[in-house]
Amino acid sequence: MAVSAPAPKKRESFSSRKVFIFAAIGSAVGLGNIWRFPYIAYDNGGGAFMIPYLVALLTAGLPFLFFDYAVGHRGRASSPLSFRRLNRGTEFIGWWHMGINCIIAIYYAAILAWSLRYMIFSFTQAWGDDPATFFAADFLQAGDPELSFNFVPGILIPTVLVWVALIAVMSLGVQKGIGAANIVFIPLLILMFVALVVYSLTLDGALTGLTALFTPDWSSLAEPQVWVAAYGQIFFSLSIGFGIMITYSSYLKSKTDLTGTGAVVGFANSGFELLAGIGVFAALGFMATAAGTQVSEVATSGIGLAFIAFPTIISQAPGGAIIGLLFFGSLLFAGFTSMISIVEVIVAGIQDKFDMGRVNATLLVGVPLAALSILLMPTESGLYVLDILDNFVNQFGILAAGLVSIITLAYIVRALPALRDHVNKSASLKIGPIWMVLLALVTPIILGYSLISTLITSLQEPYEGYPPALLNVFGWGMVVLLLVLAIVVSFLPWSKTSRAALKPPAPPISGGKVQDSHVDPSRAAARAHLNKEV
Amino acid sequence: MTSSALIMLIVSIVMIWGGLGLAILNLMRHPEPTEHASEVDEYDPLAD
Repeated sequence: MAVSAPAPKKRESFSSRKVFIFAAIGSAVGLGNIWRFPYIAYDNGGGAFMIPYLVALLTAGLPFLFFDYAVGHRGRASSPLSFRRLNRGTEFIGWWHMGINCIIAIYYAAILAWSLRYMIFSFTQAWGDDPATFFAADFLQAGDPELSFNFVPGILIPTVLVWVALIAVMSLGVQKGIGAANIVFIPLLILMFVALVVYSLTLDGALTGLTALFTPDWSSLAEPQVWVAAYGQIFFSLSIGFGIMITYSSYLKSKTDLTGTGAVVGFANSGFELLAGIGVFAALGFMATAAGTQVSEVATSGIGLAFIAFPTIISQAPGGAIIGLLFFGSLLFAGFTSMISIVEVIVAGIQDKFDMGRVNATLLVGVPLAALSILLMPTESGLYVLDILDNFVNQFGILAAGLVSIITLAYIVRALPALRDHVNKSASLKIGPIWMVLLALVTPIILGYSLISTLITSLQEPYEGYPPALLNVFGWGMVVLLLVLAIVVSFLPWSKTSRAALKPPAPPISGGKVQDSHVDPSRAAARAHLNKEV
Repeated sequence: MTSSALIMLIVSIVMIWGGLGLAILNLMRHPEPTEHASEVDEYDPLAD
């Protein structure tokens, strides 16, 4: 009986490194750039924060970015398969990434839905005189902090719309969907945001806000938590450590300058954050001046900044509707392009594991995630579930997975030299011993310290005072489940029709040695079976 | 705006956007090599 050999399949790819750069920037530039960085900078030394921030970018952000690029580009596969190809024992890290991204996707869509509605609210200032009460009580209809399935139609519908748009874009593929969306949205985002910043700078009190942000408090440089904050901001801002850059770089052509490209992505991400800092604090300066208070009283971050402070600004500023359109539109575009990258990690993993086409994999991933998102988010408890999921998946998902991947690859598999050699084949900025030391020593120390101190704090005080039932399920339970599932799934075999059965583009590494043979045992078994049949 | 804040604003802009400019210049100096369209990075393992 003849076994018909499938024709070699060409994997999807970005048509050029320019498209990749837009996509990577689209992934990195997200909600955190706009609503987290400005406050973190303000709260950790103001102008002086730029020193630890830049140090963190150069000593941890860029090195880790190159590390992620190397793993994905060398493996030419999704996160689980790239790790598997590197060393079988590390495959669980890829599945951990998949789980982390599932959780993030579930709640990220909700924030995009809120941004969409608030963009429209900006024209009528629907929030009235009390944006805080409007947001929590009228818009979200947040009830008691207990799980609720009372749905809020005003959030349900835009959440569905976000998922439909996402699934549609991603079904079109890496180049025509992800690439094209980023080529359109990123320039638009930059234009909109620059316009917003320029306009904010014209508002009365803008310079007061800028003074508050950029005045340096040099004594902060002696405080460890400022450095931890800088490293934390860089780590969370750059989309590193949870499979995204691994997945995206796997779509690049072989002879790609990974470090030159990575430097552009890293500095572009920071450049956008800096712009956001200027814009946000100019607006907060206006808000403080209008209210006759200090900037310190109005400075805030996150959801409160976006959905309470900014509406206040929009109501008071001349041309507020334009500010609203630009601000919430920026949140939407920045968030949507980030969400594409989050879901792509999962789609790519499913494609590799089950040898599935793009559309089928997108639907298989997108529809259940959308269902979970729609079930949990647009409800009276959605805000609480979101808050808990976000905090725990960031601290004990992303951070923990990042730490484990570095320690495993640096010390157990000892893959850093091979990864370095792979990158240096086409790199304009060669990496060497400094890169390896930064990754193997500096990064684990910082990540380990952050993880342990956050763990201690979270164990001593329940996060935000939420009831144990909610925290145990959506916090601790979720975190443990992700890791356990990742380990279990990594033991499941890969079928002979999956991409794991193909010859990997680079040999696996074990104990610091690149293995000579490319032979995958499943391939040898298939050959033996074929020989037996003939 | 106080002078120290202004100085730090300028320093931040120069370091970060300057860094971006240098990174872009570096990429422009190392253009993407043209690769063969037929580059296939995997093959059917049963074929040999």
